[in-house]
Amino acid sequence: MTVPATVTSSARPAGDSDILLEVRDLRTYFHVLDGTVKAVDGVSFTIRRGQTIGLVGESGCGKSVTALSIMRLLDIPPAEIASGEIIFEGRDLLALSEEEMRHVRGNDIAMIFQEPMTSLNPVYTVGDQIAEAVMLHQRLSKKEAWNKAIEALRAVGINNPERRVKQYPHELSGGMRQRVMIAMALSCDPKLLIADEPTTALDVTIQAQILELIKDVQDRTGTALMLITHDLGVVAETVHDVLVMYAGRIVETGTVEDVLLAPKHPYTEGLLRSIPSRGMKGQRLNVIKGTVPNPFNMPKGCNFAPRCPYAFEPCAEYDPRIEDANPPDVACWLYTPAPGSPVPPRVRPRRPVEVGA
Amino acid sequence: MTGAAGAGGSGSVGSAVSGSGSVGSASGAEPLVVVEHLVKYYPILGGLLRRKIGDVKAVDDVSFEIYRGEVFGLVGESGCGKSTLGKTLLRLQPPTAGRATIAGEDIFSKRGKELKRLRRRMQIIFQDPIGSLNPRMPISDIIGEGLLAQADEENGWKDRKIRDKRVEDYLEAVGLRRDYTRRYPHEFSGGQRQRIGIARALALDPEFVVCDEPVSALDVSIQSQILNLLLDLRREFNLTYLFIAHNLSVVQYISDRVGVMYLGKIVELADVNELYTRPRHPYTIALLSAVPDPDPRVRKKRIVLKGDVPSPAAPPPGCRFHTRCWLRERLGNPENCVTEEPPLRAIGPGHRVACHWAEAVPEDVVAAAVPAVPPPPVQAGAASPSVSAVSAPASGLGGPSGGVGAG
Repeated sequence: MTVPATVTSSARPAGDSDILLEVRDLRTYFHVLDGTVKAVDGVSFTIRRGQTIGLVGESGCGKSVTALSIMRLLDIPPAEIASGEIIFEGRDLLALSEEEMRHVRGNDIAMIFQEPMTSLNPVYTVGDQIAEAVMLHQRLSKKEAWNKAIEALRAVGINNPERRVKQYPHELSGGMRQRVMIAMALSCDPKLLIADEPTTALDVTIQAQILELIKDVQDRTGTALMLITHDLGVVAETVHDVLVMYAGRIVETGTVEDVLLAPKHPYTEGLLRSIPSRGMKGQRLNVIKGTVPNPFNMPKGCNFAPRCPYAFEPCAEYDPRIEDANPPDVACWLYTPAPGSPVPPRVRPRRPVEVGA
Repeated sequence: MTGAAGAGGSGSVGSAVSGSGSVGSASGAEPLVVVEHLVKYYPILGGLLRRKIGDVKAVDDVSFEIYRGEVFGLVGESGCGKSTLGKTLLRLQPPTAGRATIAGEDIFSKRGKELKRLRRRMQIIFQDPIGSLNPRMPISDIIGEGLLAQADEENGWKDRKIRDKRVEDYLEAVGLRRDYTRRYPHEFSGGQRQRIGIARALALDPEFVVCDEPVSALDVSIQSQILNLLLDLRREFNLTYLFIAHNLSVVQYISDRVGVMYLGKIVELADVNELYTRPRHPYTIALLSAVPDPDPRVRKKRIVLKGDVPSPAAPPPGCRFHTRCWLRERLGNPENCVTEEPPLRAIGPGHRVACHWAEAVPEDVVAAAVPAVPPPPVQAGAASPSVSAVSAPASGLGGPSGGVGAG
């Protein structure tokens, strides 16, 4: 392995055959009238077979663009994948033809989106849409594909699937539509399921149903899961490992317990402390001062330095990279000696932060 | 007329809350807003002649009161009628039936000049910070428009100079710069736009503000800024809030008392601590158990409700929750859940619940669904707050309540 895996696992050493997806130094830029937006700016991580991993961050941090880059679903131009490799089972997805990529989507990697209404075609029945995917990817007959659609709906807990397959998306509720999306995504037995904010548009009781379903399906099929969300509660309950993104970079990684109970990066810590929790009643909430940096005018050093309460000398000058840390779990000069800087790192231990719903 | 209505309003509070003798409240003050048997139906038109073929029962016989100076939280899932309730209360929509008073004055009977005067006392902050600001208006007009509409001899708001001064004062009060008045909404971030919406509501000097999902569209770090601001402004301007939201953690943080709505009804109402630690309605318990907790050590026993919320056009008979109720199933499907509508009745000081079987809720289920906060992990340095978070990061991060970036 030439590039250090940013997802460190204490459970078992990851052999090369164990690695399903490896993203190396991905840079996705958007060329717009006002200049270039570096939406994803040097992101590296690996996902092992069967691993569940959460990608968290606030709007505009690049988490969805990372997923769309992996799926190659971005319009080029205005988007451009400026550099990087996306190695899936030994093949670089960025080097595949559009035809080969179409085979990867659905068969190997499937994705579910936030808004199930706009992701489903309103003029076809649910069954037609699932059967279409199955026929395209698995070369089954129409009848077999239709039966597979019914099975898929049953597997995601939809009652009376024989009737539901003949219905149109508008006849279903939001939670039901998301179940259909999951059924469609799973119909071709993907090795990696990417779920982009799958429960954000849903009510909390329906969210509970869908999260239970995703966990259940993951247990049953052993597919790897990449869950993209802004909700740290959803992450805590659904996945094993977590990547925290800020302004196009991964700033912290580790197990859910490490990152959420004792965050290292000041951004992760600030984020956790801004969540209103049971213990916070009557106190002022923590605020991360300022706003996300202007994408056309990123700070010279650390992207988070202008908002960071712990910023010190090297932060304004040098750009911390998570790859340079040892172990590579946080991109912050509080933990890594800055190159060329006479100031030593101010290593501090992981510190517990109280969180709660 | 007004006086009589006011007297009648305060006199019938007791009956409105169906005999809850002790209406305990943290604030202990007199009620500012009293709502009695409020009903709001939307007609469903259909057929060739577009005749009325039914009603969407958005709010169906709701009674409660909001005390002066408190934050009353209203939670529920989409379509439960919580926003309709807020908008009807402010007369942004006509009610179908029922009564409501603010400081003894009847809200629904007012017309013309009287209504206009009343509107100044009740304002609203909307969810969508983009859609609720006119993109073609500068901030001075967005905030000033309400002032102009309410201008009279006394306040002199007809005068542009006086108006602009007031706009600037309120921009400052919500943490924006005074010279932003000439800018347009698109020049602001989501959090700043929400501040503008707050300034617009407060510029009219209201007593009562309905906050309709004010932080739902915002990122977590911005959300905390707005919540802090709303609490600061409440103190500064002596405000009373009706805080409508679906996020249970936010409601817990900001509210003094909380009402839970399901399909157009308030099913439970209590002090915030009571509601979150001793919920008694099976729906409230399921709702609280479904909230994902960011503490990975908390393992809730989730009560996953089956199916979806029924249509408010055809709510189930009896208790509206009976089709999805886990408690009813546990009790062997008692008959009265289907035949008899449970009234909102008092079961403790200030605690009201609309369930026939609230006393039969098993304590162990509640304890598993709403676990207590686990103790913080024991680690050196956690208990000793540092002198200054910025200059001495190595010695700890300023304590949980520390001023980390409090700007």
